[in-house]
Amino acid sequence: MSDDTKLTRRSLLTRMFAGVCAVTLAGCQKLSESTWFSKVLGVGEKATRRVQKLVLPRKAMAQEFPEADLSPQFRSNGTAMPRNPAFMAMAKNGFADYRLAVEGLVEHPGTFSLADIRALPSRTQITRHDCVEGWSAIGRWKGARLSALLEAVHLKPNARYVVFHCADPMEEDGSSPYYESIDLDDAFHPQTILAYELNGESLPVKNGAPLRLRLERQLGYKMAKYVMRLEVVEDFSRIVGGKGGYWEDQGYEWYAGI
Amino acid sequence: MACSNPATSEGNQYYRHSLPVRIMHWINVILLTILLMSGLNIFNAHPALYWGEQSYSGVPPILELKSRETDEGEVHGVTRIFGHAFGTTGFLGASSNEEGDLVGRGFPSWLTIPGNQWLAMARRWHFFFAWLLAVNGIGFLTYSIASGHLHRDLLPTMQDWRSIGRSTVDHLLFRRPTGEAAKYYNVLQKFAYLTVIFVLLPLVVLMGLGMSPALDALFTGWVGIFGGRQSVRTFHFVVAWALVLFTVIHVFEVIVNGFWNNLRSMITGNFRIKSEANHE
Repeated sequence: MSDDTKLTRRSLLTRMFAGVCAVTLAGCQKLSESTWFSKVLGVGEKATRRVQKLVLPRKAMAQEFPEADLSPQFRSNGTAMPRNPAFMAMAKNGFADYRLAVEGLVEHPGTFSLADIRALPSRTQITRHDCVEGWSAIGRWKGARLSALLEAVHLKPNARYVVFHCADPMEEDGSSPYYESIDLDDAFHPQTILAYELNGESLPVKNGAPLRLRLERQLGYKMAKYVMRLEVVEDFSRIVGGKGGYWEDQGYEWYAGI
Repeated sequence: MACSNPATSEGNQYYRHSLPVRIMHWINVILLTILLMSGLNIFNAHPALYWGEQSYSGVPPILELKSRETDEGEVHGVTRIFGHAFGTTGFLGASSNEEGDLVGRGFPSWLTIPGNQWLAMARRWHFFFAWLLAVNGIGFLTYSIASGHLHRDLLPTMQDWRSIGRSTVDHLLFRRPTGEAAKYYNVLQKFAYLTVIFVLLPLVVLMGLGMSPALDALFTGWVGIFGGRQSVRTFHFVVAWALVLFTVIHVFEVIVNGFWNNLRSMITGNFRIKSEANHE
């Protein structure tokens, strides 16, 4: 090894560089796991929400596509069959016994059968579903306009969010039912529907039967499947983990417009 | 290697890079590194790229980093690009986790922030530092225009346009300018910097925004100009790697043209010009 000395400087530098990289990466990991740094990073997503709310007209429409663009198979993600005996029994019966409960800050709380929901003003739209993971699929959705349902129950003046409580437990033991929440701007957007049809057929269980939310200007995790109960609230800080949704409680952002 | 020792090489020093340019340059280095690595963690959540609006049109992905488990339980990493599959076990598709076991994973842990597969946290890093990149970028543009840096140092002169051919030949033959000519960026260097500043960086930001379902609704169908949302995602990835490629060439040029001299000029601002006949 005659060129040992010649290589010293370079190998030393290389080793120093590798060392600095390793320490930096370990540092990034430590930072990721600390609450304060996660909070600092969260400032970025809050800025995103503010700016997007500012530049995006309230009723700006998500793109709709021609029939030819439909995905041959609409991917099912997350739960494909809720591990919930009550739900399974209802599904077996074609959701004849299904009742959507609407409660909270509304003048006329009540329950709605699927027939009631189908009787509400509806909308059909071919839209692109964007998952937070990165993939997209295109489907044709038909459902009741959420605005029509909310108008039917009359919101109280302090109503600010609609919380969607779902039938699918996220834990093996059947606990932690999925839930989500949206603000009233989104709730009254014309493309926001409670969908009961996908591609011209009754919504399949793997895609969220009997009712799933479509919220076309945000990512897929906002679009709760297996919706059982709507709760209109002033704030959601006391519901489950307090972050406004199952994935939000796991660290995802409440605003999923990006 | 041409690591000329700054203490012994003769020639005069001159002030090459202004303080704001130096600061914004190094901020950019940190931001782009974090954005690349957190971006790769996000990519790993669905390690495949497509052309068009969607991922499930029936056409297979352009690029896919997958893992495959044999009947014996061995994990293999496979990279599939334009229909050609390559075994990339240990690097792409499957690499070691913290315990040293091979697991299915797009890019390996040492290339991602955070090191483990953690989409929510990677998104936090990515969007936070993306804002800083935008601020730094706007700062750089404003400064460059206002101070004349853009006009004086970056925009090609008439002489530059005329010397493209000779400059290219010189470049390929590793003949680098000395003396007075070394004071100015050569025309290829100017093109490279202008491409990064006015094409690659704006494009990578625009393609990032194109993935936002909210911003897609701003002007209906604008992502379609680029082929659709999945195309935009593919562009975002390709442009990010184009920036990496630029960085590799940039660092290579820095090394072959006098590593310490160039590095010092980006730290203190002072660049030492070699006199004409000084080749090692």
